[in-house]
Amino acid sequence: MADTALRVSAASSADKRSGLQKLMQRKSTIAFLMTLPLIVLIFTLVAYPAGYALYLAMLNKAMTKFVWFKNFDFLFSRDTFWMVVWQSCLFAISAVVFKAFIGFVVAHLVNNIPGKKQRKWRGMLLVPWVIPAAMSTLSWLWLFDSSYSAFNWLLEPLGIGPIPWLGETGWARFCVILVNVWIGAPFFMIMYLAALKSVPEQLHEAAEIDGASWWQRIWYINLPMMRNIIAITALFSTILTFANFDIVRVLTRGDPLNTTHLFATWAFRLGIESGDIPLGAAVSLFMVPILAVGATIILRDINKRGSEV
Amino acid sequence: MAQVTLRKVVKKYDEVLAVRGIDLDIMDKEFVVLVGPSGCGKSTTLRMIAGLEEITDGDIAIGGDVVNDVPPKDRDIAMVFQNYALYPHMNVYENMSFGLKLKRTPKDIIDQRVRQAAQILDITELLDRKPKQLSGGQRQRVAMGRAIVRDPKVFLFDEPLSNLDAKLRVQMRTEIKKVHQKVRTTTVYVTHDQIEAMTLADRVVVMNGGNIEQVGPPNELYHSPKTKFVAGFIGSPAMNMVPCQLEASGDALKVRLSDTLSLAVPASRTARYRPHVGKPGLLFGLRPEHLTETRPHLEADMQTFDVKLDVTEPMGMETLVYFAINGIDICGRVNPNAGARESQTMKLCADMANMHLIDDKTEQVL
Repeated sequence: MADTALRVSAASSADKRSGLQKLMQRKSTIAFLMTLPLIVLIFTLVAYPAGYALYLAMLNKAMTKFVWFKNFDFLFSRDTFWMVVWQSCLFAISAVVFKAFIGFVVAHLVNNIPGKKQRKWRGMLLVPWVIPAAMSTLSWLWLFDSSYSAFNWLLEPLGIGPIPWLGETGWARFCVILVNVWIGAPFFMIMYLAALKSVPEQLHEAAEIDGASWWQRIWYINLPMMRNIIAITALFSTILTFANFDIVRVLTRGDPLNTTHLFATWAFRLGIESGDIPLGAAVSLFMVPILAVGATIILRDINKRGSEV
Repeated sequence: MAQVTLRKVVKKYDEVLAVRGIDLDIMDKEFVVLVGPSGCGKSTTLRMIAGLEEITDGDIAIGGDVVNDVPPKDRDIAMVFQNYALYPHMNVYENMSFGLKLKRTPKDIIDQRVRQAAQILDITELLDRKPKQLSGGQRQRVAMGRAIVRDPKVFLFDEPLSNLDAKLRVQMRTEIKKVHQKVRTTTVYVTHDQIEAMTLADRVVVMNGGNIEQVGPPNELYHSPKTKFVAGFIGSPAMNMVPCQLEASGDALKVRLSDTLSLAVPASRTARYRPHVGKPGLLFGLRPEHLTETRPHLEADMQTFDVKLDVTEPMGMETLVYFAINGIDICGRVNPNAGARESQTMKLCADMANMHLIDDKTEQVL
């Protein structure tokens, strides 16, 4: 009897083992296991923080009570919130437009430099983008300093100034955008330069023979051929610019009177500096829907055109 | 009126001479083909006419006006590129109308011209398509349409058929010829394919090493080449060239090809060749079609001799036979029914009325 029982149990364990083996050999299992590291990574770095932020945003200031959407209600009723919305849009849109424009022009200039010199220029022009932003912004901070501004020192003999670079709303916003453009334009330049190089030279020759001037060749050949890269770069940069933190933090800390705050810096001010973490989380969550809409529109457009050309 | 004139045109890239001072007159409405091996300067010459390359020295005139410093857009030319160079983001209609649109031509005239050109090229139903959706042959037609629509003074073609497969190439070749018959515009056409050159051209310009070797109608080039290069380049299979000695025996002349084989020079050529008797470094040239199977009734200048065939290549309408004289491969073209067999002896007949004598040193045909 015992002998038979033993044999039966041995057989069933062998069955289980072969079942497990089969499961491990299935293609879908292998595929799942191979993507598992990515799934874990995305969950721990994206899904969990996002869910946690959502949870945080629905707590009271002391983080003891669940208050549902009261934090959002409170934000909607505050003028500063709407000012930050407006400032973030102004900052992101104007900075991206200038970066794109400067990047486009400089890419064309660099593209016309022959041979080895081009590499040198390309390297030099990338420097602002390569230096850590917090560090280069610190140098800009000194250039804008209220007492020792190098710009004011230069402008003084011309009878201009002294300009309160970071002390007045208009100038402060200008400075924040200027520094962002200075840091970000090289990225546009390098992307556009790559796109320009992928436009076949013969198209230019054909257009030249068709009677196109230099300007018309840019308008009718380069721009349409670069459209996808322009859109992708703009989208990418808009997201990064919209979520910018370091420049404003180092240069103005959101002052004067909160008029240079962006979502990220204001969330930091409310959440960390003022100790209202749920409110800070609520502010930072507002970036998500705005960026999602932009990303959807641009990506859909790219898909559509990608199938055309 | 749109003649194209090149005077002592030179192109130098750094220290490399690509074109070495060429002179060429292309008549109004003429179809001229520049042909030569790669690197001979034919494409550079075309690009200089187009204005895409600056000329280092000399003059280029279109319609009597020197255009050395005129940019391409003001030269009133149209060009068809090897890889078509269609604008990928525009549809066929936009591609064809682009040049006219830039000239601010009224819309109804643009429409009329595009549809007319589309009809000539049989691409009316493709007007709404993007270049990506077209086959190679269709793209080539659109590229030609883009040129025709502009009604330019000169058409320039830069190896337009070399990206097409062999069958389509032959078809498009005929197409180009038909289009030129309908739209009689001065045309300069560059190719490395001598058959394309022979079939299309009013006159062929053979180029080699940055120089013009010879200019003339296709038949003249074929039957009376002036240089060794032209003799070897035009014609397929190429002309046979065998080192020979010119011997005099009384009034008559003989070319000696080997110890056992010598052929008599036709009486009509003796006066022309007599000064070269005994000269070293002579080549005897004879095209494969002048080396055939023997016939019952031989004409005056035909001479027969026996050879041992190495290889035969039946082509259907003819059979190519190969044999060697002093280690040099010779090709003949015989009737498929003449019974040519590999490794067997065959009696061949050389038509000496079509022989050439070439000085290997000066590379001139005597």
